[in-house]
Amino acid sequence: MSQATEETVREDGIINSVSGPVVTAKDLDARMNDVVYVGHEGLMGEVIEIEGDITTVQVYEETSGVAPGEPVENTGEPLTVDLGPGMLDAIYDGVQRPLDVLEEKMDSAFLDRGVDAPGIDLDEEWEFTPEVEEGEIVEPGDVVGTVPETVTIEHKVMVPPDFEGGEVVAVEEGEFTVTDAIVELDTGEEVTMHQEWPVREARPAQEKKTPRTPLVSGQRILDGLFPIAKGGTAAIPGPFGSGKTVTQHQLAKWADADIVVYVGCGERGNEMTEVIEDFPELEDPKTGNPLMARTSLIANTSNMPVAARESCVYTGITIAEFYRDMGYDVALMADSTSRWAEAMREISSRLEEMPGEEGYPAYLAARLSEFYERAGYFENINDTEGSVSVIGAVSPPGGDFSEPVTQNTLRIVKTFWALDADLAERRHFPAINWNESYSLYREQLDPWFTENVAEDWADIRQWAVDVLDEEGELQEIVQLVGKDALPEDQQLTLEVARYLREAYLQQNAFHDTDTYCEPAKTYGILTAIKAFNDEAFRALEAGVPVEEITDIDAAPRLNRIGVQEDWDEYIEALKDDITEQLREKY
Amino acid sequence: MKEYQTITEISGPLVFAEVDEAIGYDEIVEIETPQGETKRGQVLESSEGVVAIQVFEGTTGIDKNASVRFLGETLKMPVTEDLLGRVLDGSGNPIDGGPEIVPEERHDIVGAAINPVSREYPEEFIQTGVSAIDGMNTLVRGQKLPIFSGSGLPHNELALQVARQATVPEEEEGDEGGSEFAVIFGAMGITQEEANEFMEDFERTGALERSVVFMNLADDPAVERTVTPRMALTTAEYLAFEKDYHVLVILTDMTNYCEALREIGAAREEVPGRRGYPGYMYTDLAQLYERAGRIEGREGSVTQIPILTMPGDDDTHPIPDLTGYITEGQIYVDRDLNSQGVRPPVNVLPSLSRLMDDGIGEGLTREDHADVSDQMYAAYAEGEDLRDLVNIVGREALSERDNKYLDFADRFEAEFVDQGFDTDRSIDETLDIGWDLLSMFPKAELNRVDEELIEKYYREEEEEAVEAEA
Repeated sequence: MSQATEETVREDGIINSVSGPVVTAKDLDARMNDVVYVGHEGLMGEVIEIEGDITTVQVYEETSGVAPGEPVENTGEPLTVDLGPGMLDAIYDGVQRPLDVLEEKMDSAFLDRGVDAPGIDLDEEWEFTPEVEEGEIVEPGDVVGTVPETVTIEHKVMVPPDFEGGEVVAVEEGEFTVTDAIVELDTGEEVTMHQEWPVREARPAQEKKTPRTPLVSGQRILDGLFPIAKGGTAAIPGPFGSGKTVTQHQLAKWADADIVVYVGCGERGNEMTEVIEDFPELEDPKTGNPLMARTSLIANTSNMPVAARESCVYTGITIAEFYRDMGYDVALMADSTSRWAEAMREISSRLEEMPGEEGYPAYLAARLSEFYERAGYFENINDTEGSVSVIGAVSPPGGDFSEPVTQNTLRIVKTFWALDADLAERRHFPAINWNESYSLYREQLDPWFTENVAEDWADIRQWAVDVLDEEGELQEIVQLVGKDALPEDQQLTLEVARYLREAYLQQNAFHDTDTYCEPAKTYGILTAIKAFNDEAFRALEAGVPVEEITDIDAAPRLNRIGVQEDWDEYIEALKDDITEQLREKY
Repeated sequence: MKEYQTITEISGPLVFAEVDEAIGYDEIVEIETPQGETKRGQVLESSEGVVAIQVFEGTTGIDKNASVRFLGETLKMPVTEDLLGRVLDGSGNPIDGGPEIVPEERHDIVGAAINPVSREYPEEFIQTGVSAIDGMNTLVRGQKLPIFSGSGLPHNELALQVARQATVPEEEEGDEGGSEFAVIFGAMGITQEEANEFMEDFERTGALERSVVFMNLADDPAVERTVTPRMALTTAEYLAFEKDYHVLVILTDMTNYCEALREIGAAREEVPGRRGYPGYMYTDLAQLYERAGRIEGREGSVTQIPILTMPGDDDTHPIPDLTGYITEGQIYVDRDLNSQGVRPPVNVLPSLSRLMDDGIGEGLTREDHADVSDQMYAAYAEGEDLRDLVNIVGREALSERDNKYLDFADRFEAEFVDQGFDTDRSIDETLDIGWDLLSMFPKAELNRVDEELIEKYYREEEEEAVEAEA
């Protein structure tokens, strides 16, 4: 979190009342959303309401023992994040305090309060290589040089968007800390590797464009049926135990983004620990480097202060936008946006605001859309192109999608992955319901898949969707009369649909090979099932009974394609065997 | 310390008093009634001049002349290793007639959050001896795994069975120099009879001497229930992270806890969330459940088994719903299985252990564990589905394959789940029973099990026997 450095400190006040995370102060001269330090311990808070001489503050830390009469100090600045090299491979709390630094400073495994730490290490030196020369004119957003931030990512040092820009009069090269001036302009402005940006304000860009490249996730049902674009938005709602977090983790691990920002918002501590322990050991499928080298983590677990939970999604997306400005494709996972909405509700009810639906504040929809609108495929102010994709998990109470957070989210996002408790119960994972889910990016992404994977990508997908639809209808009849009462061709369709579900839609996130499935393999599996389908119907027409067709040895091998490393050869051999075994019968 | 006789309003569990000094939020208050009785409370809201106090022991007997003392500190739990073997009331005072507790330290009962960086990921298998848990929903050290139950179901028996049988197999064989095991039992609003059941079982099995019992009974003040679990967990953290114990915390019944929260919320005239429960209930429950875990560099661990009875057996009710979103899985106790006489009546289908995948497998339990449990889940789910169909069309109308799945579902309940409350099964026994059942199916049907494992564990004779029967 940024320190108050400027000399704009306004008049301080004193505490008037304390109720949980909400504190009111008297005689505090502050603007909306200014950051203040509350009480003798200097707990960080943010101004959220001003009425007469009473200012209401939400405090990002526990307020036990804080009493009226204690001072409130104003920094005169809104809540900002520190932007610069060092954000990758880092883990922050909701207001960008690095958790490892906090552990060291507090000398305890438990989070104490009143301890502050800057978001990036101010003493660490980075190797700066300039890309501009003296005499060149630079504008806001322009890249002036690079820093090797991690093995994977080259950090681009940019002129801050709020600078005037001008002619470069001095350029440094070599090792510097983030606060050292490395480029000086004739306007007197000094560019450092460090920028600050208020979290609730989107960083400027030139233009938002229509996204046309998929964010390839390596998950068959997502890439194959419900793809998301780079710069797109998606929601994953589902009841507890349906696999929201596993899906989010899979995306964070395998999505082909340059940078991943993972926001653990009000979720389990052990889950964050899993990420912290797993990611450094996992390989980035694109580069082979450790995954952490492209990841920034924000962990505000459910038992950490509720106000910091409210701010953590903003901290996350501001970091994401900063890397977008460098021309990177960034994917942000927020798990879970419902906890963020609940934090809003909790604060709102302490303010005794008039509630909207189910106690949520009336501005819930506005806040959600503001947030998702910061995603997109952008032309940046320095003419590079970059994207921020946002994937938000939603935890609807009782798994009921008609509740306000799910509904307001669905009005904004273009991809909907509906998790289903029934599927999860029968261990069909990922438990994404193929009838309810949708992606509005399908058509605009098809050209990419056609060009990069296979000509008939869209056709074969449509075939699979049709079979699954038909299965849905047939199942209703089966529930009444049993499978054997159906005509033979329909029985065969059910069998093909079963393979679609088991070999294609299901994917084992915990299997070393199956966990990531490249688009070509996703396509390959579909062609194998289609081959079985075509041959089987040919055999049926030739008069072979359906039991004999479904009984062939080769068919169950379809279910094992996912775990094959040499899937290409395996599929070819399997197709041949299927053809051979079926043709033998007539 | 100043005394005030300035109470202005008494409403339900709340007392409002005027003050002329700064009173800290969450500070502890003592109220002395004119009859000389002392009650404790806590500051819920502190404004200049006025404070709202929540009284733990109920406001009966307090009048406007009662005197109010602010102790200048937040609520603390006196902790010491000597607490083991003791029975305390819901506020932490001994009620077993034993000596006064001489605290080694006094800890704030509102525990601080564990820094996610300092946590150690839980992956040590706890063998509970219950097949439905060990085999299908494995518990690991540092996990929080609640039991979702309903009124009149034997959840207490299940909790006791787990508390009695829980071991970590490797340590049993190896050096005994490791950490010791302790049970902390936090009762909130349970009946005297239920409490007796627990106490008798603890005494019968000798478990009491390694237990600390906190008792808030049904007729104790409801507001006290909001402190009881915090007292219990503070003690648990002390024993685990400072004295190296492996602590199992059983909290029952969380439903009563949440009712108490709602009562306070209503008395404060707060804007309610779903079904009248306060909007901050998620945060509040998280502050309890998240106190389970392991910490890097410390020997001990806190494992939680909270029990809750779902009103109307409805798991979309806010209490089980919010709990499920915080805990790492849940074990469902099922009414139908119970009436069929299955003991313990655990329905594995909706049950889940999120930490299972990392706690099982080669070197931890057995190499085939994950595949076996996956396959049994899928097979049992399919059998369950077919049961509905059988009711309509009859068994004859079903294919041979379908009939096998039906048989599997029956045998799964009778042989795998139904083991009685006194049988302690090792993980090997559990998995072997699993293979007995899975071998009813032809090998090709076992699509979730690795081929090599099928070769190794599949029971050929089982399949033949089934075929011979057919």
